[in-house]
Amino acid sequence: MSAAIRLKTPLSDADVEKLKAGDKVLLSGVIYTGRDAAHKRLYDLLLEGKPLPIDIKGQVIYYVGPAPAKPGQVIGSAGPTTSGRMDAFSPKLIEMGLKGMIGKGMRKKEVVEAMKKYKAVYFAATGGAGALLAKAIKKAQVVAYEDLGPEAISRLEVENFPVIVVNDTKGNDLYEEGMRKYAR
Amino acid sequence: MREINAQQITEVVKKLCIDANLYLGEDVLAAFDRGEKMEESPVGKEVFQQLQENARIAREEKVAMCQDTGLAVVFVELGQDVHIVGGDFNTAVNEGVRQGYQEGYLRKSACHCFTRANTKDNTPAIIHLEMVPGDKVKITVAPKGGGSENMSMVNMLSPSEGIEGLKKRVVEWVKEAGSNPCPPVVVGVGIGGTFEQAALIAKKALLRPLGQKNPDPHLAAMEEDLLTRINNLGIGPQGLGGRITAMAVHVLMIPCHIASFPMAVNINCHAHRHKEAVI
Repeated sequence: MSAAIRLKTPLSDADVEKLKAGDKVLLSGVIYTGRDAAHKRLYDLLLEGKPLPIDIKGQVIYYVGPAPAKPGQVIGSAGPTTSGRMDAFSPKLIEMGLKGMIGKGMRKKEVVEAMKKYKAVYFAATGGAGALLAKAIKKAQVVAYEDLGPEAISRLEVENFPVIVVNDTKGNDLYEEGMRKYAR
Repeated sequence: MREINAQQITEVVKKLCIDANLYLGEDVLAAFDRGEKMEESPVGKEVFQQLQENARIAREEKVAMCQDTGLAVVFVELGQDVHIVGGDFNTAVNEGVRQGYQEGYLRKSACHCFTRANTKDNTPAIIHLEMVPGDKVKITVAPKGGGSENMSMVNMLSPSEGIEGLKKRVVEWVKEAGSNPCPPVVVGVGIGGTFEQAALIAKKALLRPLGQKNPDPHLAAMEEDLLTRINNLGIGPQGLGGRITAMAVHVLMIPCHIASFPMAVNINCHAHRHKEAVI
């Protein structure tokens, strides 16, 4: 396997266009958390033509609802949740300039098409490795929807956060390719 | 009649909630070691290494191995010669969940179905109570994450579909679940009973330790065949392609109606969390 590509957020079109399904990436910089309830709120604001609480242009959203931090911890365990539940909202966010999503599990065709059209990528982090992944998170601060508890939007500062490209801007899909390669 | 104080039930449930979320079972660690050696895909191998490292961090730093610390599923075998005193049983279990999730820094994931408002203490627990002979209480806490639980199903098959038809449905279902339930998974299959009983025994099947053979030789052979077919799908660790999609398939079976052939699948993510205690 090739060495990991180091990328700094925010991401540009050029950054994401050079990524291919199967590439290992170490992300550094700011990323935002967001899962079911936060997505619903962002989406509703967009439908009403109202401004979002965060500027998502060039940003990466991490589908995570962290565990509470113990005293002295930056954040509790923080692994990815299943991305498919965000599929209804993602194309609109991608159209608005979102460049990356981190989660686990398959995306719908509409999301893959939006990634191709507007240049964005979908990364997978290892589901269930929340204690390990939390180590790459150096700062965490709630920036919107505090009332949602674990579903609030937080601004995370990450260093070498390990992900792998599942869907690239060309329409390739690592889940399909990987399965084809090892099916008997 | 042996008296057991409700307070003791609370204490035990609290400890089991925390332990199940922090300390990965020895059986699962051993299955990770085997999987890491057997996996042919380099990415898949790396996933196993990450999971081993994750379990180590959780154990040493006493933090939840996964942020999704689940709904608290509590199986109770209550001896019929036990008298619970000093409080009611259900309240005692829920209090244990409340305290365990608070004191263990575990995520509270229970919410109202419509408003999605969090209940803030991870209650109510999902309690399965069974009365058994004797004067002991066995409590098993199996925290169940949403990602794997969402990949569940119940099928009321026609008896004419037969064993082969059932196996095909299980394999197709695991294929459809793909990367969603956090593979390498453990697949629980419940066969027989009624609609609700099939689902319950599919979940109960997951409680058996990994590596322990099914005592029924027919079912043991079925488990092996299903495991081979599932691992031939190539889904692999985290769905990224590889040899090990499932670490085990566990089947439980009970008689069913002459018109029916119920079958349920309940999938556990790789953490396969459960801890038990006997009072």
